[in-house]
Amino acid sequence: MDKAHIKYTLSWATLVLMIFVFIYVTTIFDVIGQYGMTTIVLIGINLIAAVGLNLVIGMSGQFSLGHAGFMAIGAYATALVSSAIPSIYGFIISLIVGIMVSGVIALAVGLPTLRLSGDYLAIATLGVAEIIRIIIINMKSTRGAAGIFGIPNFVNWQVVFGLSVVAIVFVVNFVRSTTGQAIIAVRDNEIAAESLGINTTKYKVIAFVLGAMLAAIAGGLRASFIQSVSPQDYTFMQSITILIIVVLGGIGSISGTVVTAIVLGILDVILQNFGSLRMVIYALVLIIVMIFRPKGLLGTSEFSLKKILFDSGGDHGNNNSKNQ
Amino acid sequence: MATTILKTNNLSIKFGGVTAVDQVNIEARENELIGLIGPNGAGKTTLFNLLTGVYQPTDGEVSIYDGTHLKNVNHVPPHRRAQLGIARTFQNIRLFESRTVLENVLIAMTTQSKARTAQALFRTPGFYKETAKKRARALSLLQIFDMIAVADELASNLPYGQQRRLEIVRALATQPKILFLDEPAAGMNPQETQVLTDLIKQIQKTFKITIILIEHDMNLVMAVSERLYVLEYGKVLATGTPSDIQQNKAVIKAYLGEEG
Repeated sequence: MDKAHIKYTLSWATLVLMIFVFIYVTTIFDVIGQYGMTTIVLIGINLIAAVGLNLVIGMSGQFSLGHAGFMAIGAYATALVSSAIPSIYGFIISLIVGIMVSGVIALAVGLPTLRLSGDYLAIATLGVAEIIRIIIINMKSTRGAAGIFGIPNFVNWQVVFGLSVVAIVFVVNFVRSTTGQAIIAVRDNEIAAESLGINTTKYKVIAFVLGAMLAAIAGGLRASFIQSVSPQDYTFMQSITILIIVVLGGIGSISGTVVTAIVLGILDVILQNFGSLRMVIYALVLIIVMIFRPKGLLGTSEFSLKKILFDSGGDHGNNNSKNQ
Repeated sequence: MATTILKTNNLSIKFGGVTAVDQVNIEARENELIGLIGPNGAGKTTLFNLLTGVYQPTDGEVSIYDGTHLKNVNHVPPHRRAQLGIARTFQNIRLFESRTVLENVLIAMTTQSKARTAQALFRTPGFYKETAKKRARALSLLQIFDMIAVADELASNLPYGQQRRLEIVRALATQPKILFLDEPAAGMNPQETQVLTDLIKQIQKTFKITIILIEHDMNLVMAVSERLYVLEYGKVLATGTPSDIQQNKAVIKAYLGEEG
């Protein structure tokens, strides 16, 4: 690693630390209150799920509508395992179990369905999510439609913040890896990628499995934080909620996903004051963004500290805190 | 005589009632430059697709030299054939348009990469070392083809001739034994075609690989090919050196029709 890299990595670390301290200070002086804390946690959870979905939709170009199904697997894994072992270790084990089960199911589902493309794949993944939900409703151990209550809570904003950062770093580094570049090549031109020796199905499945694993983490965190799960939490609408974050931020842009997850989270809070008009305004905002920024807020571009700090010669301060 | 590196045996493919490629027997030797010509719809690109594995033959077989002997590759999918040393360009350009010129070349090196994904995730020193090595190789390829100045341009922003050139560089980055060029001069003006002619000769000389070329531009084909196959209605009509073919009555008939 040369000096430029160290400098670059350190400046990102500094930015992350600054945001952490900022949130920490607001909690000390109780500026945002309990409700604000909940919002921050939910934003972080959505962010992890959305970054995972962007890996599938944006990077590998496979349109999946089944993200809620994989979130449900993570949520129920945490509900069952951490209820049985009510300690922080139990919680960690439950996350790992969720990741593994979700990954295995994504692999089993991905191998046949990723030969489909476009609309067909969307319908197939939608079906998979529904199947997962129906199985959960009908299984005894998951207590059917009533769901599971009293799950021990090991999630606070620090945990979610930390995991969000890890998820983002993971995805960004992954995209830049040889495997990540191969996945993008398959998206850009499948036939050309194949002609260069790239096994297209393999790379599509890798992206799909990783996306499902991130969804499982998000589901697990949510179950523990809300302390309950029920099948109604993971319907088609949940997939759409995450999809909106990805599309609005810009398909293929990780920074876009991060910004949108935060903006929509905050918007949701502000709109609480508008009562029944809330969903109308929310929908209007979505429509307006799609009219003026049809490729999403950030399109396919990425926010780069390298450009801001190093190319323009020196630090201009004010490190654009919207990009966590 | 040089080793036979690619051979077909009565290769045929039918689409419904149409036999697009009919009992074709061709062979290519090491470091040979072969032209594949024929009127529109003769089955040239279909033959390429059979050789590169995009289509499965209805009948007959394709064999590739694997270092010791010719091996039947009928059931080997395209990406595995690429790993056996087959590379190609496309009639309608297929670049990774959202990537830069350099990244396009780097992606072609995917299967040669030793860097593990885990290394990339944790940004280990090994990752940086491997990346630097691959980059150096990609840059030296771009250097040879005079594309170093546009290395950081998006592939979609290149002018047409340069895009064709990049497709060839990208194919060469896979370190192939056989390079298939599907109408590389299509849509080029005479100057660009001249540059391409020199380029193809240069590739054969520098990289010592077999090149099989589909082309309608007769000046180009006759200038570079050592041997030609002429296809008509899916069948091999004639084979021989460019001067043989130019005097072949059947070929002239296929292209120009009969006299009187």
